[in-house]
Amino acid sequence: MLRLEPRRRPSKLMLGLTPVLAVIATMIAGGILFAILGKNPVEAIRIIFIDPFLDPFSRTELLVKGAPLVLIAIGLSLGFRANIWNIGAEGQFVIGALAGGATGLAFYPMEGIWILPVMAIAGAAGGFAWAMIPAFLKIRFNANEILVSLMLVYVAILLLSALVSGPLRDPDGFNFPESRLFHDSATLPIIISGSRAHAGVLVALASVVIAYVLLNRHVLGYQIKLTGQAPKAAAFAGVNANRIIAICLGTSGALAGLAGMFEAAGPVGQLVPALPVGYGFTAIIVAFLGRLNPIGILLAGGVMALTYIGGETAQLTLSLPAAAISVFQGMLLFFLLAMDILITYRVRIRRTEVA
Amino acid sequence: MDFSALNPIALVASLVVAATPLLFAALGELVTEKSGVLNLGVEGMMIFGAICGFAISVESGSPWLGLVAAAIGGALISLIFGVLTQVLLSNQVATGLALTMFGLGLAALIGQPYAGIKPPSFPKLDLPVLSDLPVIGPLLFQYDYMVYVSLALTVGIWLFLTRSRAGLVLRAVGENHDAAHSLGYNVILIRLAAIAFGGACAGLGGAYLSLIRVPQWTEGMTAGAGWIALAIVVFASWKPWRVLLGAYLFGGVTILQLNLQALGISIQSQYLSMTPYLVTIIVLVIMSADRSRAALNAPASLGRVFHKTG
Repeated sequence: MLRLEPRRRPSKLMLGLTPVLAVIATMIAGGILFAILGKNPVEAIRIIFIDPFLDPFSRTELLVKGAPLVLIAIGLSLGFRANIWNIGAEGQFVIGALAGGATGLAFYPMEGIWILPVMAIAGAAGGFAWAMIPAFLKIRFNANEILVSLMLVYVAILLLSALVSGPLRDPDGFNFPESRLFHDSATLPIIISGSRAHAGVLVALASVVIAYVLLNRHVLGYQIKLTGQAPKAAAFAGVNANRIIAICLGTSGALAGLAGMFEAAGPVGQLVPALPVGYGFTAIIVAFLGRLNPIGILLAGGVMALTYIGGETAQLTLSLPAAAISVFQGMLLFFLLAMDILITYRVRIRRTEVA
Repeated sequence: MDFSALNPIALVASLVVAATPLLFAALGELVTEKSGVLNLGVEGMMIFGAICGFAISVESGSPWLGLVAAAIGGALISLIFGVLTQVLLSNQVATGLALTMFGLGLAALIGQPYAGIKPPSFPKLDLPVLSDLPVIGPLLFQYDYMVYVSLALTVGIWLFLTRSRAGLVLRAVGENHDAAHSLGYNVILIRLAAIAFGGACAGLGGAYLSLIRVPQWTEGMTAGAGWIALAIVVFASWKPWRVLLGAYLFGGVTILQLNLQALGISIQSQYLSMTPYLVTIIVLVIMSADRSRAALNAPASLGRVFHKTG
């Protein structure tokens, strides 16, 4: 029979191998799911995972979808390492888009290269402020940050809907609940001509580098890791737990807010109620799939972006329902968590001995 | 604005109906948490129960069969979480989140052909004389059967947890799994049973939404009800009677804001729709502020991984 035996130390090999195994297991289980839905499983898997690489426009779309995922996941990974669970990134994303977008609209129709940086700062500040609500309530009143940050997602989405049908509504828009289109000075520059890949991609890459340095070379990164692995040791070592809560939630909120502002001022081009498409939740999977490691997150962001783009193609060509992709993403996280056990435990086969 | 348009009896009656899905889900989660397991997947189990119940009711024409299917469906999907966290020792927070995402996606996938269909209607209590009484009739004796089932479940869980040996064992597992293990109790099996019970209750709560309260299937129809149920358990300090109180309080907030919207109050409807979520946050803050009391009531092993070594 199979028996679990704790390892002396976590297996480095398994840490890197299990995400790959989880993706393969998801492809197999996903293929079965597609077969049940009456689609050709091999074709569906090919469309979702391989075709996006073959078409040049899809390749640049990987950057468009991957950038917000990576940006948000980098922020979330800091908190997850310290056992601080910000699962309201979707709300911080929306508030960032609102704050950044409203700033851009306020400067309409002024021109100048200073407008976008101001919008980015406003977006990050918006996301930061929204994330500081659960941080403050956790520090001051011990309220569970998971529930508070999640409740604020619903509040943020309703706020977006209220503002675009109220003060931020396009004055020439025939009462549609959407803002006016951002003017040129408030729209992100495109970095690859003929695509939608915008300057936010570069910021996402920079965040990966900064997070890598922070976690591996800076005392704050060490304190965050210590708080997660041994909270008592961290307290004795003089790490202020409240400060870590505020930093982790604040940073993830600011990055999610920045991602929201990029989304509004980049591919979407205006504020609309349908702006949030679940990047904040998918980024949770990205963070885990990337093993909370900045470079891993970059790769995982690519994989999840692939499922978004391939999923859209599959919707059109195979008339696969949109929800199939969420099932896919959920399965991926399940497989990953199931395989985590291989990191800290060894599976041993025990033979029943004859007496 | 004309407040006289609000009929207090109708208000209370709709409050009870709004609270019942929350009551089912929160009672199930209470039992799960009492066994020391934090399952954050309530939202996913609820919506999965909602579509299971809806689909089976429509296909079979029997709402009762639908409810049974919802409970079984909720329990089955919760067991994915159960096996991952109990056998494969995965992180409960992450696994619960995965369950919510998976449940929302799977429900949307199954539910696609069912949008816009009307489910078979659900019978209401109709006692001779009693149900026809003025005031008391609509307040007490005119609900659908599931409202009474949810109240009976509250009493049943209270009796189980405080008056039965099995309930004592469940609580022991939740307070100190190592001690319960040394006494010879099968911690993993007990926890799996508690998780499945929680899943079944959440499934029933979801089916109550899609079959009785709304009654229709729309994607993402639980709209955070599962998360509010989690907050109600904290609000209730893990006590069944307070879960009842909490669920009815949230039902009241929901009904009040819906009625204000219907009255055409001069506030944008989105701001009123925020109130249940904001109230959840306020309630959490109030209940958590006293750290020592919060720690006293929560099961001591809540969320901790159990592995029998050696």
